[in-house]
Amino acid sequence: MDRTTIDLWVGVFVALGVAALLGLAMKVGNLTSSKIGETYSVNAAFENVGGLKPNAPVKSAGVVVGRVTDITFDAKTYEAIVNLKIDQRYAFPKDTFANIYTAGLLGEQYIGLEAGGEDDVLKNGDKITQTQDAVVLEKMISQFLYNKASESKSDADAKPSDTKPAELGDAPF
Amino acid sequence: MIKSNLFVGIMQLLGGMGHRMIARVWRLGAGARLFFLTITYSGESFRRFHLTLREIYFTGVMSLLIIVVSAFFVGMVLALQGYNTLQKYGSSEAIGVLVALSLVRELGPVVTALLFAGRAGTAITAEIGLMKTTEQLSAMEMMAVNPIARVVAPRFWAGVISMPILAALFSMVGVLGGYLVAVPLIGVDDGAFWSQMQANVDVRVDIINGVIKSVVFGVACTMIALFEGFDAPPTAEGVSHATTRTVVISSLTVLGLDFVLTSFMLVV
Repeated sequence: MDRTTIDLWVGVFVALGVAALLGLAMKVGNLTSSKIGETYSVNAAFENVGGLKPNAPVKSAGVVVGRVTDITFDAKTYEAIVNLKIDQRYAFPKDTFANIYTAGLLGEQYIGLEAGGEDDVLKNGDKITQTQDAVVLEKMISQFLYNKASESKSDADAKPSDTKPAELGDAPF
Repeated sequence: MIKSNLFVGIMQLLGGMGHRMIARVWRLGAGARLFFLTITYSGESFRRFHLTLREIYFTGVMSLLIIVVSAFFVGMVLALQGYNTLQKYGSSEAIGVLVALSLVRELGPVVTALLFAGRAGTAITAEIGLMKTTEQLSAMEMMAVNPIARVVAPRFWAGVISMPILAALFSMVGVLGGYLVAVPLIGVDDGAFWSQMQANVDVRVDIINGVIKSVVFGVACTMIALFEGFDAPPTAEGVSHATTRTVVISSLTVLGLDFVLTSFMLVV
């Protein structure tokens, strides 16, 4: 094999390798999709963020409009402060509602924005006041069980009280 | 009398085990010494880069076909098997994530290393073993040419350079194979396939760690092949045994190293 031909083939080989790595980074990885142009940042306080993670999507009407930049803990109010960056193209009213939703039954969590009706829009550094916490499955189950228990307890309480007057009436004294 | 015979037998068994163990430790030490000598004398393989280039051609470019074809089939099988399970949970769109993550994190580096050990490692061992048998290495030393600098180091660097490139190609072609099965064949949504993949494959965590793995495997596989060739008894049988050992030891080392590296990388 002539040396120059080997050079050519090794060049092709290395170029293919670089192309594959770039392809992996761009097409398979999230190097491109994490960039969403010009953004403005707002924050929101939640009592419980559940499994929300930084870089989680912020969606409105199911469309990704931004990302979660970071989540910190406020030691004064004991709430989680979630910082969001939202695409500059989308303006939201000041009374926008921020919910933490779960994609699917056990999927990853994201923030859903529901636009309010006010004319003033959120600006850089503003705070979303209306928030709804993440649904914690354990909490829901325990609440459900508690409700069931109190229901059956009130049933149990109600039945004797119906019969009590009669019992009292039948009492020998 | 019987008792003493038994005693002698047990002692011989223990002695044999100890002897084999010491021989292995000796080979490990010799391998480590060859590794450091290779690093020390690798200046020439960069100053006279055409030596390394030639070896990249033989170990890297010539392995392209087997790597690309197996990657394609591995990706297609992953997509088929993954779809079979995922559709039971109604999340067949996650098939892109499954294919991409398993290829980039594990199968890309590992299967490439295993194929590399079989395709290029054996060639290196046989070549160097035969060079030793025909006393070409001794002849080089007679001419004051350092065989480690002239023969071993270029092959070592060629392997270390080729492996990450081959592994990256493996992952990319595998993803394309998975795409071909998932989207046109099964009918998974095209956009969901790529967007779920992009949302869940992290460049730093997944792709860079895959590259790090493949570099480590490149060092291990090439070094084992070189050492086995260098250490082979200068007979036809010796070279044949060394070639077999290259494949066995390389494969076991790659799988063991993969566990160690993964446990390092997955610590959150």
